[in-house]
Amino acid sequence: MKKLRYLIEDFGNYLLLMKEVFRWPQNMHIFKRQLLFEIRTLGLDSILIVFLVSVFVGVAVVVQLLINLENPIYPDWIYGFSARKTMMLEFSPTIIALILAGKCASKISSELGTQRISEQIDALEVMGVHSASYLILPKIIACMITFPLLIIMSIFVSILGGAVGAMTIGTLSMAAYTDGLRLEYHNIDLIFAIVKIFVYSIIISTIASYRGYTLKGGSVEVGIQSTKSVVQSCIVIMIFDLIITNLFM
Amino acid sequence: MIKVEHVSKYFGEKKVLSDINTEFENGKCNLIIGKSGSGKTVLMKCLVSLYTPDEGYIHFDDRILRHLNKKEKMLLRKDIGMLFQGGALFDSMTIEENIMFPIRMFQLSDYKTMRKRVDFCLERVNLSGINKQYPSEISGGMQKRVAIARAIATQPKYLFCDEPNSGLDPQTSIVIDQLIKEITHEYNITTVINTHDMNSVMEIGENINFINQGQLWWKGNYHNVLNSNNTELNDFIFCSALTKRLKPQNDHE
Ligand SMILES: Nc1ncnc2c1ncn2[C@@H]1O[C@H](COP(=O)(O)OP(=O)(O)OP(=O)(O)O)[C@@H](O)[C@H]1O
Ligand SMILES: [Mg+2]
Repeated sequence: MKKLRYLIEDFGNYLLLMKEVFRWPQNMHIFKRQLLFEIRTLGLDSILIVFLVSVFVGVAVVVQLLINLENPIYPDWIYGFSARKTMMLEFSPTIIALILAGKCASKISSELGTQRISEQIDALEVMGVHSASYLILPKIIACMITFPLLIIMSIFVSILGGAVGAMTIGTLSMAAYTDGLRLEYHNIDLIFAIVKIFVYSIIISTIASYRGYTLKGGSVEVGIQSTKSVVQSCIVIMIFDLIITNLFM
Repeated sequence: MIKVEHVSKYFGEKKVLSDINTEFENGKCNLIIGKSGSGKTVLMKCLVSLYTPDEGYIHFDDRILRHLNKKEKMLLRKDIGMLFQGGALFDSMTIEENIMFPIRMFQLSDYKTMRKRVDFCLERVNLSGINKQYPSEISGGMQKRVAIARAIATQPKYLFCDEPNSGLDPQTSIVIDQLIKEITHEYNITTVINTHDMNSVMEIGENINFINQGQLWWKGNYHNVLNSNNTELNDFIFCSALTKRLKPQNDHE
Protein backbone atom coordinates (compact mmCIF):
# COMPACT_ATOMS: atom_id res chain seq x y z
CA MET A 1 0.00 0.00 0.00
CA LYS A 2 2.77 2.38 1.00
CA LYS A 3 4.67 1.39 -2.12
CA LEU A 4 1.68 2.16 -4.30
CA ARG A 5 1.34 5.61 -2.77
CA TYR A 6 5.02 6.19 -3.33
CA LEU A 7 4.69 5.10 -6.94
CA ILE A 8 1.79 7.45 -7.61
CA GLU A 9 3.62 10.33 -5.92
CA ASP A 10 6.67 9.57 -8.02
CA PHE A 11 4.62 9.59 -11.19
CA GLY A 12 3.01 12.89 -10.20
CA ASN A 13 6.39 14.49 -9.63
CA TYR A 14 7.53 13.13 -12.96
CA LEU A 15 4.61 14.80 -14.72
CA LEU A 16 5.25 18.06 -12.89
CA LEU A 17 8.87 18.01 -14.00
CA MET A 18 7.84 17.36 -17.60
CA LYS A 19 5.54 20.38 -17.44
CA GLU A 20 8.62 22.43 -16.56
CA VAL A 21 10.71 20.86 -19.30
CA PHE A 22 8.45 21.45 -22.28
CA ARG A 23 8.59 25.19 -22.66
CA TRP A 24 10.06 27.47 -25.27
CA PRO A 25 13.83 27.87 -24.78
CA GLN A 26 14.94 31.16 -23.22
CA ASN A 27 17.75 31.52 -25.69
CA MET A 28 17.39 29.76 -29.03
CA HIS A 29 21.05 30.07 -29.91
CA ILE A 30 22.22 28.33 -26.74
CA PHE A 31 19.48 25.72 -27.14
CA LYS A 32 20.67 24.80 -30.63
CA ARG A 33 24.21 24.42 -29.42
CA GLN A 34 23.12 22.19 -26.56
CA LEU A 35 21.01 20.13 -28.96
CA LEU A 36 23.91 19.52 -31.34
CA PHE A 37 26.08 18.53 -28.42
CA GLU A 38 23.50 16.04 -27.14
CA ILE A 39 22.95 14.62 -30.62
CA ARG A 40 26.62 13.87 -30.68
CA THR A 41 26.94 12.33 -27.23
CA LEU A 42 23.63 10.46 -27.15
CA GLY A 43 23.22 9.60 -30.83
CA LEU A 44 26.47 9.50 -32.77
CA ASP A 45 28.39 7.93 -29.92
CA SER A 46 25.89 5.05 -29.89
CA ILE A 47 26.37 4.13 -33.54
CA LEU A 48 29.16 1.65 -32.92
CA ILE A 49 27.40 -0.40 -30.25
CA VAL A 50 24.14 -0.49 -32.23
CA PHE A 51 26.05 -1.50 -35.36
CA LEU A 52 27.93 -4.33 -33.66
CA VAL A 53 24.94 -5.77 -31.85
CA SER A 54 22.81 -5.60 -35.00
CA VAL A 55 25.36 -7.36 -37.22
CA PHE A 56 25.91 -10.18 -34.78
CA VAL A 57 22.27 -10.74 -34.00
CA GLY A 58 21.50 -10.64 -37.74
CA VAL A 59 24.06 -13.35 -38.40
CA ALA A 60 22.94 -15.41 -35.44
CA VAL A 61 19.23 -15.27 -36.27
CA VAL A 62 19.67 -16.47 -39.86
CA VAL A 63 22.14 -19.15 -38.87
CA GLN A 64 19.73 -20.41 -36.21
CA LEU A 65 16.84 -20.40 -38.67
CA LEU A 66 18.86 -22.35 -41.21
CA ILE A 67 20.00 -24.92 -38.68
CA ASN A 68 16.66 -25.38 -36.93
CA LEU A 69 14.37 -25.25 -39.96
CA GLU A 70 16.31 -27.76 -42.03
CA ASN A 71 13.34 -29.83 -43.09
CA PRO A 72 12.71 -29.64 -46.88
CA ILE A 73 8.99 -28.98 -46.34
CA TYR A 74 9.89 -25.34 -45.47
CA PRO A 75 10.08 -23.12 -48.55
CA ASP A 76 13.31 -21.23 -49.20
CA TRP A 77 11.75 -17.82 -48.73
CA ILE A 78 10.92 -18.56 -45.09
CA TYR A 79 14.44 -17.66 -43.90
CA GLY A 80 14.65 -14.18 -45.38
CA PHE A 81 11.03 -13.50 -44.52
CA SER A 82 11.36 -14.52 -40.87
CA ALA A 83 14.63 -12.67 -40.49
CA ARG A 84 13.09 -9.48 -41.84
CA LYS A 85 9.99 -9.74 -39.67
CA THR A 86 11.98 -10.51 -36.53
CA MET A 87 14.39 -7.65 -37.08
CA MET A 88 11.87 -5.02 -38.07
CA LEU A 89 9.12 -5.78 -35.66
CA GLU A 90 10.90 -6.74 -32.50
CA PHE A 91 14.66 -6.90 -32.47
CA SER A 92 15.63 -3.52 -33.86
CA PRO A 93 13.11 -1.32 -32.11
CA THR A 94 12.79 -3.09 -28.78
CA ILE A 95 16.04 -4.90 -28.08
CA ILE A 96 18.16 -2.05 -29.40
CA ALA A 97 16.05 0.31 -27.28
CA LEU A 98 17.00 -1.76 -24.23
CA ILE A 99 20.65 -1.38 -25.18
CA LEU A 100 20.22 2.34 -25.69
CA ALA A 101 18.47 2.52 -22.32
CA GLY A 102 21.54 0.96 -20.74
CA LYS A 103 23.86 3.37 -22.46
CA CYS A 104 21.94 6.65 -22.54
CA ALA A 105 19.72 6.48 -19.46
CA SER A 106 22.67 5.93 -17.17
CA LYS A 107 24.58 8.70 -18.86
CA ILE A 108 21.75 11.20 -18.62
CA SER A 109 20.83 10.48 -15.02
CA SER A 110 24.37 10.40 -13.67
CA GLU A 111 25.24 13.61 -15.47
CA LEU A 112 22.18 15.46 -14.13
CA GLY A 113 22.64 13.92 -10.69
CA THR A 114 26.20 15.14 -10.45
CA GLN A 115 25.11 18.59 -11.55
CA ARG A 116 22.48 18.52 -8.84
CA ILE A 117 24.78 17.55 -5.98
CA SER A 118 27.52 19.98 -7.00
CA GLU A 119 24.92 22.79 -6.89
CA GLN A 120 25.30 23.55 -10.61
CA ILE A 121 21.54 23.29 -11.03
CA ASP A 122 21.02 25.69 -8.12
CA ALA A 123 23.50 28.06 -9.75
CA LEU A 124 21.47 27.98 -12.96
CA GLU A 125 18.26 28.64 -11.06
CA VAL A 126 19.75 31.62 -9.23
CA MET A 127 20.85 33.10 -12.55
CA GLY A 128 17.22 32.99 -13.67
CA VAL A 129 17.66 30.09 -16.07
CA HIS A 130 14.83 27.53 -16.32
CA SER A 131 17.23 24.76 -15.39
CA ALA A 132 14.86 21.88 -16.13
CA SER A 133 14.15 23.06 -19.62
CA TYR A 134 17.72 24.18 -20.31
CA LEU A 135 19.27 20.88 -19.26
CA ILE A 136 16.64 18.29 -20.11
CA LEU A 137 14.84 19.45 -23.26
CA PRO A 138 17.89 19.14 -25.57
CA LYS A 139 18.47 15.61 -24.28
CA ILE A 140 14.90 14.50 -24.96
CA ILE A 141 14.82 16.02 -28.42
CA ALA A 142 18.24 14.60 -29.28
CA CYS A 143 16.98 11.12 -28.36
CA MET A 144 13.79 11.62 -30.36
CA ILE A 145 15.79 12.56 -33.44
CA THR A 146 18.67 10.11 -33.27
CA PHE A 147 17.09 6.91 -31.94
CA PRO A 148 14.78 6.38 -34.97
CA LEU A 149 17.77 6.90 -37.28
CA LEU A 150 19.77 4.39 -35.26
CA ILE A 151 16.94 1.89 -35.57
CA ILE A 152 16.74 2.28 -39.34
CA MET A 153 20.46 1.64 -39.48
CA SER A 154 20.04 -1.33 -37.18
CA ILE A 155 17.35 -2.93 -39.37
CA PHE A 156 19.49 -2.49 -42.44
CA VAL A 157 22.66 -3.78 -40.85
CA SER A 158 21.03 -6.78 -39.20
CA ILE A 159 19.50 -7.89 -42.49
CA LEU A 160 22.91 -7.59 -44.13
CA GLY A 161 24.28 -9.59 -41.22
CA GLY A 162 21.65 -12.21 -42.03
CA ALA A 163 23.02 -12.40 -45.57
CA VAL A 164 26.46 -13.03 -44.17
CA GLY A 165 25.01 -15.76 -41.97
CA ALA A 166 23.34 -17.39 -44.95
CA MET A 167 26.59 -17.34 -46.88
CA THR A 168 28.58 -18.94 -44.08
CA ILE A 169 26.16 -21.84 -43.75
CA GLY A 170 25.99 -22.16 -47.54
CA THR A 171 22.72 -24.08 -47.91
CA LEU A 172 20.70 -21.03 -48.91
CA SER A 173 21.28 -19.05 -52.10
CA MET A 174 21.48 -15.29 -51.92
CA ALA A 175 18.60 -15.03 -54.40
CA ALA A 176 16.36 -17.11 -52.15
CA TYR A 177 17.29 -14.98 -49.14
CA THR A 178 16.47 -11.72 -50.94
CA ASP A 179 13.26 -13.21 -52.30
CA GLY A 180 12.27 -13.93 -48.75
CA LEU A 181 13.20 -10.39 -47.69
CA ARG A 182 10.99 -8.92 -50.40
CA LEU A 183 8.02 -11.21 -49.89
CA GLU A 184 4.90 -9.35 -48.86
CA TYR A 185 6.76 -6.27 -47.73
CA HIS A 186 4.58 -3.45 -46.48
CA ASN A 187 5.81 -0.08 -45.32
CA ILE A 188 3.61 -0.40 -42.29
CA ASP A 189 6.25 -2.61 -40.66
CA LEU A 190 8.82 0.16 -40.88
CA ILE A 191 6.36 2.74 -39.61
CA PHE A 192 5.54 0.40 -36.76
CA ALA A 193 9.21 0.14 -35.87
CA ILE A 194 9.67 3.90 -35.97
CA VAL A 195 6.59 4.60 -33.87
CA LYS A 196 7.89 2.14 -31.30
CA ILE A 197 11.36 3.61 -31.04
CA PHE A 198 9.95 7.12 -30.97
CA VAL A 199 7.91 6.24 -27.90
CA TYR A 200 10.87 4.44 -26.33
CA SER A 201 13.15 7.41 -26.90
CA ILE A 202 10.78 9.58 -24.90
CA ILE A 203 10.53 6.94 -22.18
CA ILE A 204 14.30 6.56 -21.86
CA SER A 205 15.19 10.24 -21.87
CA THR A 206 12.41 11.44 -19.58
CA ILE A 207 12.75 8.72 -16.95
CA ALA A 208 16.51 9.16 -16.82
CA SER A 209 16.19 12.94 -16.60
CA TYR A 210 13.64 12.68 -13.82
CA ARG A 211 15.87 10.33 -11.82
CA GLY A 212 18.91 12.54 -12.19
CA TYR A 213 17.33 15.95 -11.89
CA THR A 214 15.40 15.24 -8.70
CA LEU A 215 18.24 13.43 -7.00
CA LYS A 216 19.01 14.20 -3.35
CA GLY A 217 22.13 13.18 -1.48
CA GLY A 218 25.64 12.30 -2.52
CA SER A 219 27.68 10.22 -4.93
CA VAL A 220 26.19 6.94 -3.71
CA GLU A 221 22.79 8.26 -4.65
CA VAL A 222 24.04 9.09 -8.15
CA GLY A 223 24.91 5.43 -8.64
CA ILE A 224 21.62 4.22 -7.20
CA GLN A 225 19.51 6.56 -9.30
CA SER A 226 21.37 5.84 -12.51
CA THR A 227 20.82 2.11 -12.03
CA LYS A 228 17.19 2.80 -11.22
CA SER A 229 16.78 4.83 -14.38
CA VAL A 230 18.05 1.95 -16.52
CA VAL A 231 15.89 -0.66 -14.79
CA GLN A 232 12.76 1.46 -14.83
CA SER A 233 13.09 2.51 -18.44
CA CYS A 234 13.62 -1.15 -19.45
CA ILE A 235 10.47 -2.18 -17.61
CA VAL A 236 8.41 0.64 -19.04
CA ILE A 237 9.73 -0.15 -22.54
CA MET A 238 8.58 -3.76 -22.21
CA ILE A 239 5.15 -2.65 -21.02
CA PHE A 240 4.80 -0.25 -23.93
CA ASP A 241 6.05 -2.94 -26.31
CA LEU A 242 3.02 -5.00 -25.37
CA ILE A 243 0.65 -2.06 -25.56
CA ILE A 244 1.84 -0.82 -28.95
CA THR A 245 1.97 -4.31 -30.44
CA ASN A 246 -1.59 -4.97 -29.31
CA LEU A 247 -2.78 -1.67 -30.75
CA PHE A 248 -1.17 -2.16 -34.15
CA MET A 249 -1.51 -5.86 -34.82
CA MET B 1 18.05 46.99 0.47
CA ILE B 2 16.91 43.56 1.52
CA LYS B 3 14.62 43.28 4.51
CA VAL B 4 14.03 40.00 6.29
CA GLU B 5 10.86 39.76 8.38
CA HIS B 6 10.07 36.93 10.79
CA VAL B 7 11.65 34.28 8.60
CA SER B 8 11.54 30.68 9.84
CA LYS B 9 12.50 27.51 8.07
CA TYR B 10 11.93 23.89 9.01
CA PHE B 11 13.40 20.72 7.56
CA GLY B 12 10.87 18.13 8.65
CA GLU B 13 10.60 18.52 12.41
CA LYS B 14 13.88 20.37 12.70
CA LYS B 15 13.70 24.14 13.01
CA VAL B 16 16.78 25.46 11.21
CA LEU B 17 15.89 29.17 11.20
CA SER B 18 13.63 30.76 13.76
CA ASP B 19 12.12 34.21 13.47
CA ILE B 20 14.95 36.07 11.77
CA ASN B 21 14.47 39.84 11.49
CA THR B 22 17.16 41.95 9.88
CA GLU B 23 18.08 44.33 7.09
CA PHE B 24 20.86 44.18 4.52
CA GLU B 25 21.78 47.64 3.37
CA ASN B 26 22.59 49.06 -0.02
CA GLY B 27 26.22 49.70 -0.91
CA LYS B 28 27.45 47.86 2.17
CA CYS B 29 29.00 44.50 2.90
CA ASN B 30 26.43 42.77 5.08
CA LEU B 31 27.89 39.83 6.96
CA ILE B 32 26.18 36.78 8.33
CA ILE B 33 28.48 35.07 10.79
CA GLY B 34 28.07 32.01 12.93
CA LYS B 35 29.35 28.55 13.69
CA SER B 36 29.27 25.73 11.19
CA GLY B 37 25.73 24.36 11.06
CA SER B 38 24.13 27.48 12.49
CA GLY B 39 21.98 28.01 9.42
CA LYS B 40 23.90 30.58 7.37
CA THR B 41 23.66 28.74 4.07
CA VAL B 42 20.00 27.95 4.62
CA LEU B 43 19.26 31.63 5.29
CA MET B 44 21.10 32.62 2.14
CA LYS B 45 19.26 30.03 0.06
CA CYS B 46 16.00 31.41 1.45
CA LEU B 47 17.09 34.88 0.35
CA VAL B 48 17.70 33.77 -3.23
CA SER B 49 14.51 31.65 -3.09
CA LEU B 50 16.18 28.31 -3.62
CA TYR B 51 14.35 27.41 -0.42
CA THR B 52 10.95 28.84 0.46
CA PRO B 53 10.75 29.99 4.09
CA ASP B 54 7.92 28.38 6.03
CA GLU B 55 7.08 31.69 7.67
CA GLY B 56 7.92 35.32 7.10
CA TYR B 57 8.64 37.73 4.30
CA ILE B 58 11.70 38.82 2.37
CA HIS B 59 11.65 42.25 0.70
CA PHE B 60 13.96 43.09 -2.20
CA ASP B 61 13.55 46.86 -2.18
CA ASP B 62 9.87 47.12 -3.16
CA ARG B 63 9.46 43.51 -4.26
CA ILE B 64 8.22 40.93 -1.77
CA LEU B 65 9.53 37.48 -2.58
CA ARG B 66 6.46 35.60 -1.39
CA HIS B 67 4.13 37.68 -3.57
CA LEU B 68 6.06 37.29 -6.80
CA ASN B 69 4.80 34.89 -9.42
CA LYS B 70 7.19 32.62 -11.29
CA LYS B 71 7.89 35.10 -14.05
CA GLU B 72 8.57 37.98 -11.69
CA LYS B 73 10.84 35.75 -9.66
CA MET B 74 12.85 34.96 -12.78
CA LEU B 75 13.17 38.67 -13.49
CA LEU B 76 14.36 39.33 -9.96
CA ARG B 77 16.94 36.60 -10.31
CA LYS B 78 18.54 38.36 -13.22
CA ASP B 79 19.52 41.04 -10.71
CA ILE B 80 21.13 38.46 -8.43
CA GLY B 81 24.67 37.17 -8.46
CA MET B 82 25.57 34.30 -6.20
CA LEU B 83 28.74 32.59 -5.16
CA PHE B 84 28.10 29.09 -3.82
CA GLN B 85 30.01 27.55 -0.96
CA GLY B 86 31.44 24.91 -3.31
CA GLY B 87 31.89 27.21 -6.32
CA ALA B 88 29.33 25.35 -8.47
CA LEU B 89 31.12 26.06 -11.74
CA PHE B 90 29.72 24.30 -14.82
CA ASP B 91 32.26 21.56 -15.32
CA SER B 92 31.50 20.96 -18.99
CA MET B 93 32.42 24.54 -19.88
CA THR B 94 35.72 26.38 -19.95
CA ILE B 95 36.38 29.20 -17.50
CA GLU B 96 35.54 31.72 -20.19
CA GLU B 97 32.27 30.02 -21.08
CA ASN B 98 31.39 29.83 -17.41
CA ILE B 99 31.75 33.56 -16.90
CA MET B 100 30.14 34.35 -20.24
CA PHE B 101 27.17 32.08 -19.61
CA PRO B 102 24.88 34.45 -17.68
CA ILE B 103 25.66 37.30 -20.09
CA ARG B 104 25.06 35.15 -23.13
CA MET B 105 21.82 33.78 -21.76
CA PHE B 106 20.09 37.09 -21.16
CA GLN B 107 21.99 40.03 -22.54
CA LEU B 108 22.22 40.43 -26.24
CA SER B 109 25.75 41.66 -26.67
CA ASP B 110 28.24 40.67 -29.33
CA TYR B 111 31.05 38.25 -28.74
CA LYS B 112 33.74 40.91 -28.57
CA THR B 113 32.02 42.84 -25.79
CA MET B 114 31.46 39.63 -23.86
CA ARG B 115 35.10 38.65 -24.25
CA LYS B 116 36.10 42.03 -22.90
CA ARG B 117 33.79 41.64 -19.93
CA VAL B 118 35.21 38.16 -19.23
CA ASP B 119 38.76 39.45 -19.33
CA PHE B 120 37.81 42.34 -17.09
CA CYS B 121 36.15 40.06 -14.51
CA LEU B 122 39.04 37.62 -14.56
CA GLU B 123 41.50 40.44 -14.09
CA ARG B 124 39.58 41.69 -11.07
CA VAL B 125 40.02 38.33 -9.37
CA ASN B 126 43.69 38.18 -10.40
CA LEU B 127 43.29 35.30 -12.82
CA SER B 128 44.05 36.67 -16.26
CA GLY B 129 44.94 34.19 -18.97
CA ILE B 130 43.15 31.04 -17.83
CA ASN B 131 40.22 31.55 -20.22
CA LYS B 132 40.51 28.25 -22.03
CA GLN B 133 41.06 25.97 -19.05
CA TYR B 134 38.39 23.78 -17.48
CA PRO B 135 37.31 24.05 -13.82
CA SER B 136 38.82 20.64 -13.07
CA GLU B 137 42.23 21.89 -14.21
CA ILE B 138 42.53 24.73 -11.69
CA SER B 139 42.91 24.74 -7.92
CA GLY B 140 40.03 25.02 -5.45
CA GLY B 141 40.89 28.60 -4.55
CA MET B 142 41.06 29.55 -8.19
CA GLN B 143 37.65 27.95 -8.75
CA LYS B 144 36.29 30.16 -5.96
CA ARG B 145 37.68 33.22 -7.63
CA VAL B 146 36.28 32.22 -11.02
CA ALA B 147 32.93 31.75 -9.31
CA ILE B 148 33.17 35.30 -7.99
CA ALA B 149 34.01 36.51 -11.49
CA ARG B 150 30.93 34.71 -12.80
CA ALA B 151 28.74 36.18 -10.05
CA ILE B 152 29.76 39.75 -10.91
CA ALA B 153 29.75 39.27 -14.69
CA THR B 154 26.21 40.56 -15.17
CA GLN B 155 26.65 43.51 -12.80
CA PRO B 156 24.04 42.30 -10.33
CA LYS B 157 22.17 44.58 -7.94
CA TYR B 158 22.29 41.98 -5.20
CA LEU B 159 25.37 39.88 -4.57
CA PHE B 160 25.34 36.81 -2.33
CA CYS B 161 28.58 35.14 -1.30
CA ASP B 162 28.56 31.91 0.68
CA GLU B 163 31.95 31.75 2.36
CA PRO B 164 33.93 33.51 -0.35
CA ASN B 165 37.27 32.85 1.30
CA SER B 166 37.03 29.45 2.89
CA GLY B 167 39.81 27.34 1.45
CA LEU B 168 41.93 30.33 0.48
CA ASP B 169 45.24 31.44 1.96
CA PRO B 170 45.13 34.59 4.18
CA GLN B 171 46.63 36.81 1.49
CA THR B 172 44.21 35.78 -1.25
CA SER B 173 41.37 35.99 1.26
CA ILE B 174 42.14 39.62 1.86
CA VAL B 175 42.34 40.27 -1.87
CA ILE B 176 38.92 38.68 -2.30
CA ASP B 177 37.46 40.60 0.65
CA GLN B 178 38.79 43.86 -0.73
CA LEU B 179 37.48 42.99 -4.16
CA ILE B 180 33.98 42.34 -2.86
CA LYS B 181 34.09 45.52 -0.81
CA GLU B 182 35.26 47.58 -3.78
CA ILE B 183 32.61 46.20 -6.11
CA THR B 184 29.95 46.76 -3.49
CA HIS B 185 30.87 50.39 -2.99
CA GLU B 186 31.58 51.10 -6.62
CA TYR B 187 28.28 49.82 -8.01
CA ASN B 188 26.21 50.39 -4.88
CA ILE B 189 25.32 46.71 -4.63
CA THR B 190 23.56 45.07 -1.72
CA THR B 191 26.06 42.42 -0.76
CA VAL B 192 25.38 39.60 1.68
CA ILE B 193 28.31 37.48 2.79
CA ASN B 194 28.36 34.30 4.86
CA THR B 195 31.59 33.84 6.69
CA HIS B 196 33.27 32.56 9.81
CA ASP B 197 36.57 34.20 9.04
CA MET B 198 37.49 36.79 11.68
CA ASN B 199 39.71 38.64 9.24
CA SER B 200 36.75 39.34 6.98
CA VAL B 201 34.68 40.36 9.94
CA MET B 202 37.19 43.03 10.96
CA GLU B 203 38.00 43.97 7.37
CA ILE B 204 34.60 44.38 5.72
CA GLY B 205 31.99 43.90 8.46
CA GLU B 206 30.00 47.06 7.91
CA ASN B 207 26.86 45.35 9.06
CA ILE B 208 27.21 42.12 10.99
CA ASN B 209 24.49 39.59 11.83
CA PHE B 210 25.52 36.87 14.23
CA ILE B 211 23.45 33.72 13.93
CA ASN B 212 23.48 31.02 16.55
CA GLN B 213 21.38 27.86 16.35
CA GLY B 214 19.15 29.40 13.72
CA GLN B 215 18.44 32.54 15.68
CA LEU B 216 19.68 36.06 15.16
CA TRP B 217 21.74 36.60 18.30
CA TRP B 218 23.45 39.92 17.75
CA LYS B 219 23.66 42.78 15.24
CA GLY B 220 26.38 45.36 14.86
CA ASN B 221 29.51 46.24 12.91
CA TYR B 222 33.29 45.94 13.09
CA HIS B 223 33.54 48.85 15.51
CA ASN B 224 31.54 47.24 18.24
CA VAL B 225 31.94 43.52 17.52
CA LEU B 226 34.94 43.19 19.86
CA ASN B 227 33.42 44.84 22.88
CA SER B 228 29.95 43.41 22.94
CA ASN B 229 28.87 41.60 26.08
CA ASN B 230 27.02 38.85 24.28
CA THR B 231 28.44 35.61 25.64
CA GLU B 232 27.81 33.47 22.57
CA LEU B 233 29.28 36.09 20.27
CA ASN B 234 32.35 36.42 22.46
CA ASP B 235 32.75 32.65 22.53
CA PHE B 236 32.57 32.64 18.76
CA ILE B 237 35.02 35.49 18.24
CA PHE B 238 37.58 34.90 20.95
CA CYS B 239 38.19 31.24 20.37
CA SER B 240 41.50 31.33 18.53
CA ALA B 241 44.85 32.19 20.06
CA LEU B 242 45.16 35.21 17.81
CA THR B 243 41.81 36.74 18.61
CA LYS B 244 42.20 36.03 22.33
CA ARG B 245 45.03 38.54 22.35
CA LEU B 246 42.61 41.22 21.26
CA LYS B 247 40.33 40.60 24.16
CA PRO B 248 42.19 41.82 27.26
CA GLN B 249 42.68 45.28 25.76
CA ASN B 250 38.95 45.68 25.54
CA ASP B 251 38.42 44.36 29.03
CA HIS B 252 40.75 47.00 30.46
CA GLU B 253 38.86 49.81 28.81
N1 LIG C 1 18.43 20.18 2.72
C1 LIG C 1 18.48 20.03 4.05
N2 LIG C 1 17.72 19.09 4.64
C2 LIG C 1 17.74 18.92 5.98
N3 LIG C 1 18.50 19.63 6.82
C3 LIG C 1 19.29 20.58 6.30
C4 LIG C 1 19.33 20.83 4.89
N4 LIG C 1 20.21 21.83 4.65
C5 LIG C 1 20.69 22.18 5.86
N5 LIG C 1 20.16 21.44 6.85
C6 LIG C 1 20.44 21.58 8.28
O1 LIG C 1 20.37 22.95 8.60
C7 LIG C 1 21.39 23.29 9.51
C8 LIG C 1 22.12 24.51 9.01
O2 LIG C 1 22.84 24.19 7.85
P1 LIG C 1 23.66 25.26 7.02
O3 LIG C 1 24.13 24.59 5.81
O4 LIG C 1 22.85 26.49 6.87
O5 LIG C 1 24.89 25.57 7.97
P2 LIG C 1 26.01 26.68 7.78
O6 LIG C 1 25.79 27.69 8.84
O7 LIG C 1 26.01 27.15 6.38
O8 LIG C 1 27.32 25.87 8.10
P3 LIG C 1 28.75 25.92 7.38
O9 LIG C 1 29.47 27.05 7.96
O10 LIG C 1 29.36 24.62 7.77
O11 LIG C 1 28.52 26.03 5.93
C9 LIG C 1 22.29 22.09 9.67
O12 LIG C 1 22.04 21.53 10.94
C10 LIG C 1 21.85 21.14 8.60
O13 LIG C 1 21.86 19.84 9.09
MG1 LIG D 1 27.30 26.96 4.75
